[in-house]
Amino acid sequence: MSEPPGATVTLAPTSPADEPSKVLTAQRVLPLRRPGRWIATAVVLVLVAQFVHGLVTNPFYQWDRWGYWFLRPTILDGLVITLEVTAYSAVLGLLGGILLALARLSRSPVLRAVSWTYIWALRSVPLIVVLLFLYNFSALYKTLSVGIPFGPAFFSFDESRLATDMVVAVVGLSLNEAAYAAEVVRGGILSVDQGQHEAAAALGLPKSYQFRRIVFPQALRSIIPNYVNQLIGLIKGTSLVFYVSLLDLFGSAQTMGSTYPGDIVPLLLVVTVWYLILTSVVSVIQFYVERHYARGATRSLPPTPLQKLRTALTELRARIRREAAV
Amino acid sequence: MTTDTIEALADVEAATVEVHDVHKWYGTHRVLDGVDLTVRPGEVTVILGPSGSGKSTLLRVINHLEKPEIGYVSINGELIGVRRQGERLKELSERAILTQRSRIGFVFQNFNLFPHLTVLDNVAAAPVATGRLGRTEAQELARELLGRVGLADKTGAYPRQLSGGQQQRVAIARALALRPGVILFDEPTSALDPELVGEVLAVIKDLATSGTTLVIVTHEIGFAREIADRVVFIDGGRIVEQGPPSEVLDNPRHERTRDFLSKVL
Repeated sequence: MSEPPGATVTLAPTSPADEPSKVLTAQRVLPLRRPGRWIATAVVLVLVAQFVHGLVTNPFYQWDRWGYWFLRPTILDGLVITLEVTAYSAVLGLLGGILLALARLSRSPVLRAVSWTYIWALRSVPLIVVLLFLYNFSALYKTLSVGIPFGPAFFSFDESRLATDMVVAVVGLSLNEAAYAAEVVRGGILSVDQGQHEAAAALGLPKSYQFRRIVFPQALRSIIPNYVNQLIGLIKGTSLVFYVSLLDLFGSAQTMGSTYPGDIVPLLLVVTVWYLILTSVVSVIQFYVERHYARGATRSLPPTPLQKLRTALTELRARIRREAAV
Repeated sequence: MTTDTIEALADVEAATVEVHDVHKWYGTHRVLDGVDLTVRPGEVTVILGPSGSGKSTLLRVINHLEKPEIGYVSINGELIGVRRQGERLKELSERAILTQRSRIGFVFQNFNLFPHLTVLDNVAAAPVATGRLGRTEAQELARELLGRVGLADKTGAYPRQLSGGQQQRVAIARALALRPGVILFDEPTSALDPELVGEVLAVIKDLATSGTTLVIVTHEIGFAREIADRVVFIDGGRIVEQGPPSEVLDNPRHERTRDFLSKVL
């Protein structure tokens, strides 16, 4: 490289002001101050305080009435219905979803097409429409029979006796849930590395073992967060069963609300708090289930909240001791 | 080389592998173009060739991970993946193919260990799943095999907690757990850091001297010279030449072999 004219070969002597006054001894680095962050925090805290203040002091919420309703037997009965419908639909929906996902990944074009069509149809039709269809199902098909297809029946059921409100609700939600779960499961299976399938095949592991013990447990890692998302949607989705005359949590509140019109807001708050509790419980379970299936995927397991708290306390104590020493 | 390795592997009968006029296409691309190969029991065969020459495909045809369009493979005289019906070959059921595969060891370039299972379970899984051993016996065997590949202290670890070289040694132990008559290695050291190659090659060398039939696709020419009974050079889906390392590696007769060796040596 040629030197530009006038450039000096030796560095110009630095002025005494730039030079460190003495040799830098090892000392603590002061962290950078971030005023913007402090201002944003303050603004958000004020807004939160305002919101909480309004929630507590606004007489419109009628918290005393909330206290009256929160553990009323009608509400609790509704809660039980919600839990039942959710549990049945979650299990049946997931099983259906696994079957649909396997059908979509199968080598048979017929199975693939049927599965695709099912998912397409059920995801297109609003859940409420599916439920109302099933509710009126007995008008479409009077009896259900088991027998040879298009041939004689061995035994039949009276449709209206079989289809209680509970059954209609669970079947409707499960049909809907299965369509979404199928995509969640399929995505999970596709996320497993092709090498895993090959290794399992090369070892000659039986086909069902390959799926149950090798592919599915690894797929679960991506299935769980997505399915829990789905499950939370389902918990809230159960509020639609009110329209097929099943009194779930929302339905009970709604009914009480029409009897006591003045209590509609506290009743809605009761429902809100219960749904918050249900979602929280599911989230906690999710954390531990995910942690269980993370074995082997990460070098060390993510810490539990308790472990995190303990580490934080230890660190805080160490820091205080350090500061005190300086 | 420990003496008990020889003893333990001695009860496994080394297999003969025969590849008969195998042709394989991927779409319109011809990968294998009439390959004939016979590997005698206990023989160590190293397959060399430029990338895309079909060497990995040949290996995968042997355990029927890839189906040949024409031709067939037999091990100890038993057809792999197909059965004879009169003059024709018919595909076997998936279950039958899986059973055949469980007698052929396969070691992958990327190890393909099961990440959600411990090292011990990785090795013990196949003997249990194929119904050959009970859980306790399989774990005992797994411990023994892991000891032989120098990983006795890693039984409880998960694969991702191990180095590449250690993972590949686990993969070899996993293949050995099925007591295969032949083990196929698909570039077993290509995914490893240079300083980890040696430990894996040492394990393979150990197997080579124990009398198991080995077919190895590799780019380690020095290793091939050291352990191979026969070197097969393949290019464009055809075997160009084959013979003892002293011939193929030191005095290649074909221009393409010379060309390839000059590039990799």
